[in-house]
Amino acid sequence: MLSINDLRASIEGKEILKGINLEVKAGEVHAIMGPNGSGKSTLASVLAGREEYEVTGGSVLFEGKGILEMAPEERAAEGIFLAFQYPVEIPGVTTINFLKTAVNEIRKYRGESPLDAAQFLKMVREKAKLVSMNDSLLKRALNEGFSGGEKKRNEIFQMAVLEPKLAILDETDSGLDIDALRIVAEGVNSLRSPERAAIVVTHYQRLLDYIVPDFVHVLYKGRIVKSGPKELALELEEKGYDWIKAEVEALS
Amino acid sequence: MTTETIDLKTKLITDFYARESVMNGEAASAFHQKKRAALARFDQLGFPTVRNEEWKYSSVKELVNESYNFNSESNVVLADLEDLKIPEQDANIIYFVNGRYNAELSRMVSSQAQITISSLSEAIKKDPQLVNTYFNELTKESGEGFTELNTAFAQDGIFIHVPDNQTVEHPVILRFVADARTQNVGNQPRNIIAVGRNSHLKMAEAFRTLGSGRSFTNAVTEIYVGEEAGVEYYKVQNESEQAYHIGTTQVRMLARSQFYAGTVTLNGRFTRNNLNIILDGERCEAHMYGLYFPDGTQHVDNHTVADHRKPNSESNELYKGILRDKSKGVFNGKIFVRPDAQKTNAFQSCKNIVLSPEASMNTKPQLEIYADDVKCSHGTTTGQIDEEALFYMRSRGISRPEALSLLMFAFCADVVSQIRIDSIREYLENVIAEKLASK
Ligand SMILES: Nc1ncnc2c1ncn2[C@@H]1O[C@H](COP(=O)(O)OP(=O)(O)O)[C@@H](O)[C@H]1O
Ligand SMILES: [Mg+2]
Repeated sequence: MLSINDLRASIEGKEILKGINLEVKAGEVHAIMGPNGSGKSTLASVLAGREEYEVTGGSVLFEGKGILEMAPEERAAEGIFLAFQYPVEIPGVTTINFLKTAVNEIRKYRGESPLDAAQFLKMVREKAKLVSMNDSLLKRALNEGFSGGEKKRNEIFQMAVLEPKLAILDETDSGLDIDALRIVAEGVNSLRSPERAAIVVTHYQRLLDYIVPDFVHVLYKGRIVKSGPKELALELEEKGYDWIKAEVEALS
Repeated sequence: MTTETIDLKTKLITDFYARESVMNGEAASAFHQKKRAALARFDQLGFPTVRNEEWKYSSVKELVNESYNFNSESNVVLADLEDLKIPEQDANIIYFVNGRYNAELSRMVSSQAQITISSLSEAIKKDPQLVNTYFNELTKESGEGFTELNTAFAQDGIFIHVPDNQTVEHPVILRFVADARTQNVGNQPRNIIAVGRNSHLKMAEAFRTLGSGRSFTNAVTEIYVGEEAGVEYYKVQNESEQAYHIGTTQVRMLARSQFYAGTVTLNGRFTRNNLNIILDGERCEAHMYGLYFPDGTQHVDNHTVADHRKPNSESNELYKGILRDKSKGVFNGKIFVRPDAQKTNAFQSCKNIVLSPEASMNTKPQLEIYADDVKCSHGTTTGQIDEEALFYMRSRGISRPEALSLLMFAFCADVVSQIRIDSIREYLENVIAEKLASK
């Protein structure tokens, strides 16, 4: 589904991603872990099409199509979704109105007719229930004055509405209490299917108790320096990153 | 000098005396004497130049170098004016074409016992004394050439009088149409609105130009808000690329009254709005909202004054602007708190989004506070579009233009939602949505 080949990206002339290789097949969940500043958010942003980052090399194929030339909205319409580490507050635009626009723009891209108000509301109510999202939040300006937990839940809610093929979650678990974490995980798991995939960026093993990954990768200094089965996450939880850093330094 | 290059000022002054010379006894009337005095002041003041502090960023050179027909006929019919549709039964709609009242197009639904709505030209014939108690009483010391010019040529416009204790249910909508389809036209509507004690009125002034000739509108509105009265006043400018508009709205509020102003400039070559409010009683509440949206090489200048003269009153101001292409905006907001006006609350905010590197915005808050126990705050911001917000929206599948549109619409909504005449607000929402979609 997603095939990243020697991806390099920089910002303000500084190279952050230094040759990423990653293969994600339909049905799989990949966890990406690593110390702060390793480039995890950068990778997520480059996949979603953030324009501040300059891609300096490599390729990314999504279902066989090169996406690096696509605008962010085209990637979304192709089925890529990024849950932001820091969701943006948008004054004056209600969550519901925002999502309605998003859903119908994506439908237009796919040559489908727009949902009418009733169909849309029905669908949204179901999804809101799924992530225990309060109806009153939907009518408020997008993320404005939302608590950290509400913002993260809103990300998962939007994901549930848009039903992406590939979901990229950037530290959606940080700052959540255990109940909120469970809700987020349920949201993600409800989308799990043989046709879909997810990349879960996290600091903590605890999210992976709920969203069990097929593979765990460690990103460090712009490279994936270690990959393994789900047990790797447990090992990292126990031993921290120092041993990995030491391994990398020894090699270089 | 050939006759064609006689400047506008000289031509207007000559016209004035030519008209006066063919008047009968009328020249001796109080009304005419006020006009005559105003002409003398206009002669002294002339048109402002950029050396005048109040006109520093807004040059009227181009405007005064044109000539205009101030007496042109027009055959405008309703079908030409269908952009703003207002359900028949819902409002009093009064049309002025090239500055003159048009009875054929106008319709009134409110009862005469509640409100007198008449053209100024009629009112001055019927009840000169009543008109003269109001005419030019708020503007006589304006020190502003354009205002004096308007007074000198005051001939038509609206005269509204609401007696005490009336709540006028149906709004009054004034439509000013400059018909520049065959020539350059000038018009100088003069409006007087007097709202009695404990009475309530909603009104709007909507300006529109037809055709591609130049139009010069020099409008003055005097508004008297009685004790405990409430007036909502909206001004909507959707004029042409060739339209010059100078407008002054001068308001005096008495104790415990409320005044709401909404000034929305959607289109026009050169626009200058002066909104001057005197809070001349205790516990008054004045609200000023403004929105401007210039593109191309358009110029929009809003000057406002909140003059607190008595204790315990409040003024609250929010102006917002979106500037595109090579357009220019100016905002100057003055707050005076006179020595008597203790416990004044005055808030002012002006927020702008500049969408192009060639567009510019000039903001100047000006606070003059002579009382010590007051709360005043002001703030202006001028920024670009929030790229982070744009990326967030795009990452959800919303195209860049659509995302921009949503953000801009939301930006305008703070002001538009304050407009409480439904048909006017809906009209604005439609025009703004169209403008946003156009680029
Ligand atoms: N907008 C930016 N401008 C400059 N440097 C940046 C920017 N975004 C990220 N970086 C730098 O890139 C590196 C990787 O950051 P990031 O991808 O956020 O790491 P992670 O998500 O793994 O914590 C850091 O050194 C960070 O300082
Ligand atoms: Mg990060």
